Amino acid sequence: MQGSGSLRPIVIPGEAVGGPGLKPGPGTYSEGGRLFAAQLGIRDEHDGLVSVIPLNGRYLPRRGDAVIGEIVDLGPSHWLVDINSPYPAPLHATESAWRVEFGDTSRYLKVGDVIMCHVLSVDEIKRVQLTMSEREARKLSGGILMEVSPTKVPRVIGKQASMVSLIKDLTRCQIYVGQNGRIWLDGDDRSTALAAMAIRLIEDRAQASGLTEAVRELIEKEARGPRPS
Amino acid sequence: MEDIEHFAKAMKLIDADGRRLDGRKFNELRPIRIEAGVLRRADGSAYMEWGGNKVLAAVYGPREAHPRHLQDPARALVQCRYNMAPFSVTDRKRPGPDRRSVEISKVISEAFSSVVFAEQFPRTSVDIFIEVLQADAGTRCAGLTAASVALADAGVPMRDLVASCASGKIDGVVCLDLNKDEDNFGDADCPTAVVPRTGEIVLLQMDGHLTSDEFEKAMDLSIDAARRIYDLQRDALRRRYSVTLEDILKESPPVPSPMQPEGRLPSEDDFGPEGI
Repeated sequence: MQGSGSLRPIVIPGEAVGGPGLKPGPGTYSEGGRLFAAQLGIRDEHDGLVSVIPLNGRYLPRRGDAVIGEIVDLGPSHWLVDINSPYPAPLHATESAWRVEFGDTSRYLKVGDVIMCHVLSVDEIKRVQLTMSEREARKLSGGILMEVSPTKVPRVIGKQASMVSLIKDLTRCQIYVGQNGRIWLDGDDRSTALAAMAIRLIEDRAQASGLTEAVRELIEKEARGPRPS
Repeated sequence: MEDIEHFAKAMKLIDADGRRLDGRKFNELRPIRIEAGVLRRADGSAYMEWGGNKVLAAVYGPREAHPRHLQDPARALVQCRYNMAPFSVTDRKRPGPDRRSVEISKVISEAFSSVVFAEQFPRTSVDIFIEVLQADAGTRCAGLTAASVALADAGVPMRDLVASCASGKIDGVVCLDLNKDEDNFGDADCPTAVVPRTGEIVLLQMDGHLTSDEFEKAMDLSIDAARRIYDLQRDALRRRYSVTLEDILKESPPVPSPMQPEGRLPSEDDFGPEGI
């Protein structure tokens, strides 16, 4: 998308996106050998696989996703975490980063705490389980939490995390991006605000070409900005 | 006392050249305007003006279905609430659901159940809210058409949009898209909703009497009109998203206000859903 220059057309649900010989990817469905868009989005074709990149929509958990969640309830051996999806997501004590005694969950995480964790499993009826066994999983304290549309997360991260590392480098903020659209930022007030502004820019112009450059420009200009030169 | 019965019979709804009260021919629609994405807090929304009708539709979801016992482990629920504002009609409408609006909510949610890919979101619900701000006959068609745009705007996966239009009979002539007077003093009204690509019918009701030939004719008119309405829905969605795309083309980043780290963040919703 970046650098392609031209804008790809928007397709709406029910619009034909391909004929026979093409495979239906995410956001499409096939009927009578032809492919149609199932979602409002941008058509994309790679090696005969047609998909529709959605422009809007809810986060649906997938196994292995890194997500940022908020604790909403405690049980004797688990926490219930809001991961911004339609499904409640429990984090079992054995999957947490600590050795938790039965009934002692509140010593480690309380309601309202924010954690970085991963989706351990999602079954066919969409029962979700979380885990904190990955290295980067942890409780997040301090910093700010912002939310973007989950469909814009790949833009915020960029190819091989290029976008997010650009922002990290330029603002010297610590940033965690959850696949569920939650982003945690930490740094001094000024650079946090700058990073937040950059992320808003990405969200607004998710489909733009040359987005990386626009972000770099914004941050560099702002970093100099208020000071008289 | 005034003879109301006589009054109604003397009223000419369609003149000798086939012109109706508002000057339309039998197969003409009232002017329609659709706008997508008008509400910020809803996942998807649309506003529609159809002749004298003004309708707002909002969509939330898929989200956790409440109460829990309603959840279906195999698919999402498609729930709809059709509501008329007290000021939408000439005599104040008593607020709240009544027999009519409960029925309309039901048939509309069933119409959408057949296009939404509900099996992709087990145990959730997709909630559709239709608010009629001003009514002038054909509000369920307007509501359904607007809600369909709102669903697409919310990014809900579905087979196709749904377009809807009513046909009826006035003074013995089968006509498209009746307005208030034609609905009140006409002979029949037949709202229809179709999936434009396949021609599948997802809502069909009738008030009054039509012969089988008249019914066929009414259906043809409605289905043809639904195709035209579909084009308007599609244009509304394209317009909504091309606005942001045009902004993108202007390469210059937005002019940010001087830095106010604490001051500007709350208004931008950076703190998540608690602020809503």
